[in-house]
Amino acid sequence: MKVAIFIPCYVDQFYPQVGIATLQLLEKLGVEVYYPEKQTCCGQPMANSGFEDLAAKCNDLFVENFSGYDYIVSPSGSCTLHIKDHLHVDKHEAEAAHIRSRILELTEFLTDVLKIDKLPARFPHKVGLHQSCHGQRGLHTSQMSELVAPGFSKPQHLLRLVQGLELIPLDRADECCGFGGTFCVGEEAVSVKMGKDRVADHLHHGAAYITGGDMSCLMHLEGILRRQHSTTKVIHIAEILNAG
Amino acid sequence: MKATAEPKTKDHAALAGTFNKDEARVDWHDKTLWFVRQKRDKAAWQLPDWEHLRETASQIKHNVLSNLHHYLEAFEKQAQQNGVTVHWAADAEEHNRIVHSIIHKTGITRVVKSKSMLTEECHLNDYLAAQGIDVVDTDLGERIVQLAGEPPSHIVLPCIHWKKEEIGQLFHKHLGTPEGNSDPQFLAAAARVHLRERFMTSPIAITGVNFAIAETGEIVVCTNEGNADLGVQLADVHIACMGIEKIIPQRKHLGVFLRLLARSATGQPITTYSSHFRKPRPGQHMHIVLVDNGRSERLGSADFRSALKCIRCGACMNTCPVYRRSGGHSYHYAIAGPIGSILAPGLDMKKNADLPFASTLCGSCSNVCPVKIDIHDQLYKWRQVLAKNGYVSETKKTGMKGMAFVLSSPGLYRFSGAVGRWFTRYLPFAVNNSLNPWYKQREMPQAPKESFGEWYRKNKKKS
Repeated sequence: MKVAIFIPCYVDQFYPQVGIATLQLLEKLGVEVYYPEKQTCCGQPMANSGFEDLAAKCNDLFVENFSGYDYIVSPSGSCTLHIKDHLHVDKHEAEAAHIRSRILELTEFLTDVLKIDKLPARFPHKVGLHQSCHGQRGLHTSQMSELVAPGFSKPQHLLRLVQGLELIPLDRADECCGFGGTFCVGEEAVSVKMGKDRVADHLHHGAAYITGGDMSCLMHLEGILRRQHSTTKVIHIAEILNAG
Repeated sequence: MKATAEPKTKDHAALAGTFNKDEARVDWHDKTLWFVRQKRDKAAWQLPDWEHLRETASQIKHNVLSNLHHYLEAFEKQAQQNGVTVHWAADAEEHNRIVHSIIHKTGITRVVKSKSMLTEECHLNDYLAAQGIDVVDTDLGERIVQLAGEPPSHIVLPCIHWKKEEIGQLFHKHLGTPEGNSDPQFLAAAARVHLRERFMTSPIAITGVNFAIAETGEIVVCTNEGNADLGVQLADVHIACMGIEKIIPQRKHLGVFLRLLARSATGQPITTYSSHFRKPRPGQHMHIVLVDNGRSERLGSADFRSALKCIRCGACMNTCPVYRRSGGHSYHYAIAGPIGSILAPGLDMKKNADLPFASTLCGSCSNVCPVKIDIHDQLYKWRQVLAKNGYVSETKKTGMKGMAFVLSSPGLYRFSGAVGRWFTRYLPFAVNNSLNPWYKQREMPQAPKESFGEWYRKNKKKS
């Protein structure tokens, strides 16, 4: 099984430890991991701002980098969803289609492909899980509170395998944090208010760490936590699953 | 004195910014609407076949939209046979003219109106007021915002942004209730007395339409206060105004929608009154005005057609984390929230270009929608349409072009990343300043000394 990892641009630049944890975790689980070095971005910032056309070169680059793998795994629900929904390259549509059907967010890959039911991880802390919307509602990594349907959660399933980890409950299980890409600066007031409310829910239930599958949401929540001089930290789920 | 220029219309972000100056009020607004969302969840979970019901409703509406011309003609024929006068209006202006001409012929100037989002969309009240017609909204929430001189901030809960103490003050000013009395029951009783007088003396009643049944030519109006019934029963003339998408094929389909509507809207199993109006009583005149106002155009667009399935339950507003924290008026359109943000640009792209961006695309709206409109996908698609038509600011476009340029070149990307991190590490004031909207209320991420790519090349690269 040939697996490539896609490390989103902002993770690459600001949170390299998340990429490292993803790589180490997958290798620990016996996966042969490739990192195509010319990768940059999924193109979502342009597309979500209304400029899908400007993402064309990113799409070309993505297909160039990620063709020929059995799976592409990424520690981001949002970037994964964007590729799944919007990666099109006229000249290489077959390759693009293959990538769209073969890209998986990390917790999906661990749960659905590797079917992990035990992990050598230890993380003895109180942890709140932030369900990022694109992973949850877009990729369906866990059941959504709006639907009348049986519950499940891939990230929770994995976190429960971690020794010593205490998962805290939340008043609002899957409310958006307000990051939203360019929304976080374009609608600064509402974005920050949403983030503050999300943080408050986690703090109210005693979280020492807020984790999740998307560093973008966590970066936003971290910015608020640090401004509040809180001792609670954010940590990507890959780092927890790779801990100990 | 020089006439002052009309104030520049503020966009959603600016209006939401103002709303957020009072954080306690934002908290109150958010909690009030979240409570309604929770009531909706409880009601939905009581029906094991909820998701099946949503799918059924969505499919019925799909059929309606695919055969709209046929159902509309059948409806018109049936309604005419029932003794109803049917009018067709191409746009808001024609709708307003038709309604006015019906009223004008009677010589009457006092009108009662029950809730109708269509008449809000068409700005009927303003139009009639300019013609000397005195319209009173009889839905309590709508009457409150009408007295305050505001549009509704929510399609089901028009005055959800008002606190009871403020309503007490408003009633003191307009209805003469004792100052400082904000007891909801007392205020409702005062409103009842005030409205009763209007009901008794207004020979014309305007209503909206929730559902129009092609098979029978009847219309169904759902209210919790019975104000539509009272208005119509006491009036000599009933004018019902509806968008052409309100049609459903047969009476048997009504049950599907009535089960979904109130549960989605407020968590009630059904609205208190589901009133059927089929024919005028002897001596009464009944008119139905069928309004297009951009709907045909929407029908022709594969990407945005399904927005016409909307049954105006407001569930997408109650669940929307942005709506709850920005208030209905920040959307500056008759219909606020996620559904308003995909309807408004269809009517006026320039004026409403900001609305599809007033969302994080979290997708909660699409999940609660009882007719399964892909609201958040349509928000994304509107962004593309708006950008293509030049309604996204040049600054944003230039920024995105620059970003795309860097991200399209692995070499340039590596170089820029390193420079960006260097600045953040060694010259934090270059990014941590008031010109950076991120930094206003959030810390910037701390720049690591190397990127993942750099780490990989040093530590992992297979030669």
